[in-house]
Amino acid sequence: MHRFVLAVLRRDLTLATRRRGDWLIAQFFFVMVASLFPLGVGPEPAMLARIGPGVLWVAATLASLLSLSRLFADDHRDGSLEHMVLSPEPTVLLVLGKSLAHWLIYGIPLLLVAPVLGIQFNLSWEAIWVLELSLLLGTPILSLLGGVGAALTLGLRGGGVLLTLLILPLYVPALIFGAGAVDGVMAGTGAEAHLSLLGAFFVLSLMIAPWIASAALRVSLE
Amino acid sequence: MSDFLLSVHDLACARGDRLLFKGMNFSLKTGELLLVQGGNGQGKTSLLRLLTGLARPEAGEVRWCGALIGRQRETFHAAMVYLGHANGVKDDLNPVENLRFAEGLQGRTFDAPRAVATLERLGLSRCLDLPCRVLSFGQRRRVALASLLLAGAVLWILDEPLTGLDVHAVTLMEGLIRDHLTAGGMVVATTHQALNLEGVNVQRLLVGNVAIPELAVN
Repeated sequence: MHRFVLAVLRRDLTLATRRRGDWLIAQFFFVMVASLFPLGVGPEPAMLARIGPGVLWVAATLASLLSLSRLFADDHRDGSLEHMVLSPEPTVLLVLGKSLAHWLIYGIPLLLVAPVLGIQFNLSWEAIWVLELSLLLGTPILSLLGGVGAALTLGLRGGGVLLTLLILPLYVPALIFGAGAVDGVMAGTGAEAHLSLLGAFFVLSLMIAPWIASAALRVSLE
Repeated sequence: MSDFLLSVHDLACARGDRLLFKGMNFSLKTGELLLVQGGNGQGKTSLLRLLTGLARPEAGEVRWCGALIGRQRETFHAAMVYLGHANGVKDDLNPVENLRFAEGLQGRTFDAPRAVATLERLGLSRCLDLPCRVLSFGQRRRVALASLLLAGAVLWILDEPLTGLDVHAVTLMEGLIRDHLTAGGMVVATTHQALNLEGVNVQRLLVGNVAIPELAVN
């Protein structure tokens, strides 16, 4: 069972190394969106620190959406998705493997870039540390829930826009608790409550999202 | 190989509001080829997708060795391999890598020398380390056929397996189908091309109501 997940993972990671352009676009998008805000609202340090956590979280959400529309679409186009669904292994594990690969490819780099952007927003080291924790718990949620949207909109014309409309509302809890944790630590109320809720939301998505996505995938392929 | 049986009972298929066919019955035994014929848009591909379990029938059922395919998905999918219009070949990988990942996804261990031998048998010895992106349509089709051979499944479900193949490859394919059937395999295929399948147990199935001229099977 875990061998199948590993096989999916290894395949997607290999494919990602062959197409580094797509990977870089998502990271650049994250940096660009986050960097536009200081230019737009002015360089006042106190204000930047105030909006920083929210802006970084919104930018991370949008960056992950950018790559999600292609989570299944590429494999659908060349027929390999059908082959994977027709494998004797459960489709749930396929979805889980692909979401995990998406997180490793697109989520982890966000974690690496975020501290640099945090400095740009005049966040304290403590706040940056909590921002990292919240992204570590939150970005897998984006990949898991995004898998549901990608499976539902598979093969539809204009699927990318529809995916955004479908999935953004589902991201709201992650956004609230993620940005709230950083706000909490800056306001001195502590981040534990927000991080615990974020963790609970992560576990919930991990338990439920792959099942819904695999059912959606079967419907889309029919 | 022991005996297998694919049977279809009162199968009906609809695309949207349009009923493509209904009341379809047939059964396919070990060593038999089912040649699905019919004009464009009559539901050949839809029928094959029903047989693989990718689509669900409007009415009726598909059974493998007596049990519904939905009830024994793992067993059935382990015994079956499907080749559709799209090849399932990744453009960024070379043929050998494609086969390695295809095998891994089917839960089998990859036998590299055997994969290379299969690709060479299909005339791809010069393209082994090229990304499939630069291969021609026919060559990519051959990569897909190589993964079909490696799968070692009992039941082959082939949707237009001969598209894009040259004369040599068609002859090779005829030989492969014949070998597979003699070894106790089963094949369901659609094709618009004439096939030379001497000594093969062929059943024909006409899908839709438009009669088409007899295809040569000598």
